[in-house]
Amino acid sequence: MEHVAHDETSFVRPAEVGEMELYHPKTWLGKYVFSQDAKTIAIQYAATAIAIGMVALVLSWVMRLQLAWPNTFTFIDPAYYLQAVTMHGMIMVVYLLTALFLGGFGNYLIPLMVGARDMVFPWLNMISFWVYFVAVGLLAASFLVGGGSTGAGWTLYPPQAILPGTPGSEAGILLMLASLAVFIIGFTMGGLNYVVTILQARTRGMTLMRMPLTVWGIFVATILALFAFPALFVSAIMMSLDVLLGTSFFMPAIMTMGNEADHVGGNPLLFQHLFWFFGHPEVYIVALPAFGIVSDLISIHARKNIFGYRMMVWAIVIIGALSFVVWAHHMYVSGMNPYFGFFFATTTLIIAVPTALKVYNWVLTLWQGNIHLTIPMLFSIAFLLFFINGGMTGLFLGNATVSMPLSDTLFVVAHFHMVMAVAPVMVVCGAIYHWYPKITGRWYHEGMARFHFWVTFVGSYLVFLPMHYLGIMGVPRRYFEITGTSFLPDSAQSVNASITIAALVVGFAQLVFLYNLIVSAFNGKQAPSNPWNATTLEWQTEHTPPQHGNFGKELPCVYRWAYDFSVPGVEEDFIPQNVPPRNAQA
Amino acid sequence: MSTETMASDSLELKPGMAGFFDDWGSDQRAFKGVPWGKAMMWIFLVSDTFIFGCFLASYMTVRMSALEPWPSASEVFALSFGGAPIPLILIAIMTFVLITSSGTMALAVNYGYRKNKWVTFWLLFATALLGATFVGMQVFEWSKLILEEGVRPWGNPMGAAQFGSVFFMVTGFHGFHVSIGVIFLFIFSYKVARGHLDDQTPGWFTKRGGNYEEIEILGLYWHFVDLVWVFIFAFFYLW
Repeated sequence: MEHVAHDETSFVRPAEVGEMELYHPKTWLGKYVFSQDAKTIAIQYAATAIAIGMVALVLSWVMRLQLAWPNTFTFIDPAYYLQAVTMHGMIMVVYLLTALFLGGFGNYLIPLMVGARDMVFPWLNMISFWVYFVAVGLLAASFLVGGGSTGAGWTLYPPQAILPGTPGSEAGILLMLASLAVFIIGFTMGGLNYVVTILQARTRGMTLMRMPLTVWGIFVATILALFAFPALFVSAIMMSLDVLLGTSFFMPAIMTMGNEADHVGGNPLLFQHLFWFFGHPEVYIVALPAFGIVSDLISIHARKNIFGYRMMVWAIVIIGALSFVVWAHHMYVSGMNPYFGFFFATTTLIIAVPTALKVYNWVLTLWQGNIHLTIPMLFSIAFLLFFINGGMTGLFLGNATVSMPLSDTLFVVAHFHMVMAVAPVMVVCGAIYHWYPKITGRWYHEGMARFHFWVTFVGSYLVFLPMHYLGIMGVPRRYFEITGTSFLPDSAQSVNASITIAALVVGFAQLVFLYNLIVSAFNGKQAPSNPWNATTLEWQTEHTPPQHGNFGKELPCVYRWAYDFSVPGVEEDFIPQNVPPRNAQA
Repeated sequence: MSTETMASDSLELKPGMAGFFDDWGSDQRAFKGVPWGKAMMWIFLVSDTFIFGCFLASYMTVRMSALEPWPSASEVFALSFGGAPIPLILIAIMTFVLITSSGTMALAVNYGYRKNKWVTFWLLFATALLGATFVGMQVFEWSKLILEEGVRPWGNPMGAAQFGSVFFMVTGFHGFHVSIGVIFLFIFSYKVARGHLDDQTPGWFTKRGGNYEEIEILGLYWHFVDLVWVFIFAFFYLW
């Protein structure tokens, strides 16, 4: 409770900056299509991300069908299978999760939670979305060009990514690289907005250490993205030049299709270093917003202040910093100096410390809390279970010596799906259910939401838990089929079939989720403005859903941190951040 | 964006680290007195530093793993005057021009804050011309390399193919930055001359009023581009 001001004037200083000029469009196009309102942009981002994410979901069914019943579905040939694997990974990591957490939740929540009228550069914010939209278009176009989309794996390793024989080595890989470069340009515009809004446009009384953890998570993740995406941008340019101009940045002298390729003297390891210098922080770009959001969900739905707020903030910052010095743990089998391997294994294991702190703090927040098993709380608990599971297997893969035999097996697939796919998706679902009444002003259908939760939660375990065993057995990832492999028992195939059935069911449950979201936006019960009795500013707006400009005539003043739940001696079990101390007495 | 300070910052800070953290963590703004655009430009420049850092690190890696000898910069980039080749003379002039433009830019920022419209205009215009001269000389340098010396992105007669690839890529990316800067310098000299910054005329796209802080933000970008050139100069021409 150290963040409560003792009297009204002691911590709330006069406004330093005048009111933001807002641009109010007069046309339908300006209001709904090229909108400069961060909330509209957020919904545009989220809708686009979820739409392309559904494509990736269908692609996962394609590969699961092939793995479960090889040679039954004749439309799946090896090339198509590899394309499905590649595009599923790339879409889910970059175009769905990154865009949804930062472009979607970031845009919606940052201005509301820090008490700003909008992002600091609304026009740039609008352009950011449309550039992202173009990137998604380029990505989708790669399904349609001759040779199809790239099948190089989401890591796009050269030389194979651009040599004939790999699916999509003609136009697919170029469209993929172009799409990534465009995505990064668009993201940079948005990311600068998020960071500057958080740093420079908070309302009176909103000190950094009173910001909800959601904002902290998105803030640090955005900084990571601004510093990590450049490496991907540079490698996309270099690989495009290798394809288009015949340079040899990543291409050594190599035989292809029985002939010598024109390349000589390039360095494929350079690509791997650049890619993972982006790729590892990318994990935390997805994870940190999830960490932040889930902290708020747990605290609100357990009616208890978050345990160790300062520790949580510093853990986010430290995880963010450490994520830049661990990248080569993805490259243990690529060949590197053993001392490097030692260094990267050590830094990787050190990340377990702040991460474990966060897990303990979440559990300690739940401890003796007044836990309401609402939908967001259910998803938060599910997140914890998946995250702990995925974090534990991370210890295996972080150790160079243990990691080598597990490399490129389904164990790796199980690990990263647990830790950075299913766990953040649990938070996405929980967060959508949590903020849905504020965004639409209506309630979703509770029964459908519970059905969605239980099927997704149990189903995801049925999908990914058995994969650990398959991986330890030695089943390799990305293989078209494993039948007739002497070291694998036939039961491996049965497990694959059961995984596929679970995956299909989980996939269809997401259709129920989307149906619920869309239909309830029109037919749902009216929701009150603060249904969860939450403390943060977005629940204290004059209108629900909030209008352009977010707050009423006056911006709110913040007097306390975001976690004043169940304060002793106060009648209600929560005190919103904008309630002055004298009004908070019993 | 109206960023004028409405109340002076009367917070008294505690001594030592506690005051440091209170200052950084204080409400409303982490960087007191810094306009939004300026904060954004600084963060963008750090992000851009990572781009150039990755380019330069890639250049070093590619150069070290190349199989053929690396062409000697002092021979490739020499110009002949009266029969005697002078190493790096063009680059020396280019560098001089670009650094001079940084000087005129810094003066433009200063006169901008004094609201001295015409001096600001001429200084900005001079900066733009110097920048354009730099780009022009780069075009000359490239065409000499391509047409006379036969350097191509995929190979060259002097040695490792990566020499041409990385040279065209990195100087091209830098030249692109300079060109963007020149375009904005021309736009802003027009805006200054028309009095858009004095009258706070709304921008064409953003609909926000202009002010002289924008000159400083442009200056940050311009100095950054110059600074990057110093590194490119050192790593490509002196190594």
